[in-house]
Amino acid sequence: MLVFLRRRIISGALPLLAVVLGVFFLARLTGDPANLYLPLSATPEMRAEFAARNGFDQPVAVQFLDYLSQIVRLDFGESLRTAQPAAQAVLQAFPATLQLAGATMAIAVTAAVVVGSLAAYRPNSLADRFAGLLSSASASVPDFWFAIMGVLVFAVTLNWLPTSGTDGMGAWVLPIATLLIRPFGVLVQVVRGSMVSALSAPYTRVARSKGADEKRVIFVHALRNAAAPALTVAGDLAVGLVNGAVVVETIFGWPGIGKLMIDSILQRDFAVLQAAVLLTAVTIFALNILIDACYALLDARVRQGVAT
Amino acid sequence: MTNGDPLSETGDRPDQAGAAPPAARPPRLFALLLKDRVACLAALMLLAVAACAVAGPFLLGDLATRQNLHAVDLPPFTLDNGWAFVLGSDSLGRSVAARLVVAARTTFAVAVPAVLASFVVGSAWGMWAGYHRGWRESVSMRIADVVLSFPSLLLAVVVLYVFSPSVATLVLVLAIARVPVYLRTARAESAELRSRLFVDAARTFGARGGSIIRRHVAPTVMPTLITVATLDFCFVMLTESSLSFLGIGIQPPDLSWGLMVAQGRQELQTAWWIAVFPGLAIVMTTVSATTLASWARLATDPAQRWRLTVPRGRARATARRAEEAGR
Amino acid sequence: MNALRESIHRTRPTDPAAMEVDGLSVDIRTPEGVAHAVRDVSFTVRSGRTLALLGESGCGKSMTALAIAGLLDPVADVVGGRIRLNGADLLALGASERRRLAGPELAIVFQDALTALNPVFTVGAQLGEPFRIHEGLSRRAARDRAVELMERVGIPEARSRAGAYPHQFSGGMRQRLLIAMAVALRPSVLLADEPTTALDVTVQAQIMELLRDLRTERDMALVLITHDLAVAAEHADDVAVMYAGAIVETGPIGEVFAAPRHPYTRGLLSSVPGGGRPGEPLRFIPGSPPDLRAVPSGCAFRSRCHLARERCASHRPELSGDERGRTVACHYWKEATDA
Repeated sequence: MLVFLRRRIISGALPLLAVVLGVFFLARLTGDPANLYLPLSATPEMRAEFAARNGFDQPVAVQFLDYLSQIVRLDFGESLRTAQPAAQAVLQAFPATLQLAGATMAIAVTAAVVVGSLAAYRPNSLADRFAGLLSSASASVPDFWFAIMGVLVFAVTLNWLPTSGTDGMGAWVLPIATLLIRPFGVLVQVVRGSMVSALSAPYTRVARSKGADEKRVIFVHALRNAAAPALTVAGDLAVGLVNGAVVVETIFGWPGIGKLMIDSILQRDFAVLQAAVLLTAVTIFALNILIDACYALLDARVRQGVAT
Repeated sequence: MTNGDPLSETGDRPDQAGAAPPAARPPRLFALLLKDRVACLAALMLLAVAACAVAGPFLLGDLATRQNLHAVDLPPFTLDNGWAFVLGSDSLGRSVAARLVVAARTTFAVAVPAVLASFVVGSAWGMWAGYHRGWRESVSMRIADVVLSFPSLLLAVVVLYVFSPSVATLVLVLAIARVPVYLRTARAESAELRSRLFVDAARTFGARGGSIIRRHVAPTVMPTLITVATLDFCFVMLTESSLSFLGIGIQPPDLSWGLMVAQGRQELQTAWWIAVFPGLAIVMTTVSATTLASWARLATDPAQRWRLTVPRGRARATARRAEEAGR
Repeated sequence: MNALRESIHRTRPTDPAAMEVDGLSVDIRTPEGVAHAVRDVSFTVRSGRTLALLGESGCGKSMTALAIAGLLDPVADVVGGRIRLNGADLLALGASERRRLAGPELAIVFQDALTALNPVFTVGAQLGEPFRIHEGLSRRAARDRAVELMERVGIPEARSRAGAYPHQFSGGMRQRLLIAMAVALRPSVLLADEPTTALDVTVQAQIMELLRDLRTERDMALVLITHDLAVAAEHADDVAVMYAGAIVETGPIGEVFAAPRHPYTRGLLSSVPGGGRPGEPLRFIPGSPPDLRAVPSGCAFRSRCHLARERCASHRPELSGDERGRTVACHYWKEATDA
């Protein structure tokens, strides 16, 4: 188990490293970093002073070491807009995104397991057709448009829900619904597919021959087998949720990391953007490790390195 | 499955497709497409959008930008103001229909080159990696993993910050983000092909790696890759419109569907149609592309193709019988 | 003939039947039409005895077992017949009542033990499951019972191996586990569907030995479903030969094998390698079994039978027996045996 996890951590760290390097090179080697950090109206003196203060006149290698030590100390400089440390701004916004994403994934996984299992158990049933419709919709409806249509119908026309903000339960409905369509649509298909093969596997027949009732056959014997592929996909979808979070937070004024990123791009606040991107990368890295650990717990063949 | 397959005995299996002249394929595929009403409709839909993208701006370009402060926020579905305003007008009195047509070009100008570039680079790279195996394969796959393990918007956000957003940078970002998709598919298929006999045979005759890939591997993996590209077209289009919607993609005065939704969002309370129609255009285009892609997946797979022919014939036979009974 | 002597010795016709199958028929719905996979099958098994259900693959013997156990796929339906298990009519019972009998009364052993064991649970948990379902035991108590079972079927170091997963066992050990799971609640009837097909010959013998011991020890009725004539000859007391979904001949195995009456049984026995003289070409039955979607009228075997006459095409031969418990479904079997 430990060997397995160590291997996954090493291979998972590679993308993380790529992001750290990518941010550095994009920031330093594609022109004057002062262009990135300072407002466009900055005078040449301000630029020179800025470069000297931040060591941008040093050789690249020295700059890189500086950059690494900054990352380790969580020192990304100050936000241009608020003058607070960039790391602080990002960490403040982080929980809001995490809550939104967590709630969405929890609902998506639970609903997908129930609907997908029912769809697999009774092909062509109502649940099956519902699942098919949703998953094709989730692949073709742009999330920003879905969100705006939601606002148009439920906030503007019917006045049931607020258009933005985080106050009250109602404020959660549209953001979660928007974020939900894609993970739910994909997951339900994955759960359905793996449940169909699990339910037709000989071991479900054996379970029935032992007198297990259908509930036990579906939710214990079959689901435990179907869980592993669904979990992998759920991990990928959780990573992809970052895309949706940027859109949803922008539309609904949700004070999370996605909105922070877009705001800092539009207001050219590189310190905050850099901190937000790196924190997102670290979160994704941690999430991937977590998924791998769960995967290994679910299936002994994985953690013992048996080819299946 | 083979019993019910009227086409399987033609020998058009994947392992022989490389040797058979690929020219035999298009007319039959076209005939199959005509038989499937839904796929046909999807193809027509895509053609119409493409025609708008190519010809529309020449015909309507002026209309899309002409402001008319006497015709502000006209509601849709009425011909009182002429055909140009059948989908209403925006807050500056510009025709929504004309703007939709012009925006189609920008959307295609981003999506088509991005898909083509990632398709060509990713496929060639993937076939090369899969054919040679070894370190070339592992390094390539690692690179693909790294790119794919991060949300595409995150990549776009950083790149679009450093370089200012334009059609060219958007194409570049989207192409880079999607190369791994083709890389993975092409590698898997060509690695599998490499072990097949006809590739061995070519190698025995002294054919070189490059020419084997070109003559034998590429024609065989192409149908799969084209299906992937059709699906990917949706993805690229959705990403572009998201970026434009967020204000970090296409910039005004250029137009794209995503941008139009963003502009319409300000006036949701008074003029809902400005945001609704561009979104509908996106949905219709992506639905058409996915429909066509799933049809293509069946049509290019010899083991599955019978599904497209058998049930249709049966359905038509029952319909004819019902008709005769009615008379 | 050893088997013959044994079977005569053991025949106790007064034994109550553990299970009686009467006129069982199963249809399968396929896209190309309905297949009559099992047609009017009847047989009886007694406690402490083994009945071999013998036939080539596709003859409906596995389908018969699944129908008895109530494990048919949704596309297959029992369309007729009765199954009496210790007095209860299985086919008249509801789903939950049948579940209550699955394990304590009737159990089944499948052929491919690797896929029949659930790959993500420990074998201890899987072996303990019958106790948890039917006796409401706690996880720990069920596991203790599972360890006992593992010891009984000859798994070394049972206590520590109970925490292992199916892929960590060899093929023979997996089959032992599967058998242990089936006999956990001491069923009165055990169906064994090709229990040794996936195994090599030495392991095969051990598994058959184990089944025989368990049968005697627990006084079970064993239905051994097999295509292997040697396995049937060595381990069964009685035999029912199936062809194209129907039983064509039954009787004590020694008698049937020594003097087969149905032409199909005769063909089957003479096509065994080593049966004839050395150097003689291997005999086989010409033709192939009929499509079960379109079984011809009359006798299903007539197109491959050298005895076939007009009557075979118009009248389906009924299974009719003599006083010694032998039955055969052929109009002209007497002529064949005389010849």
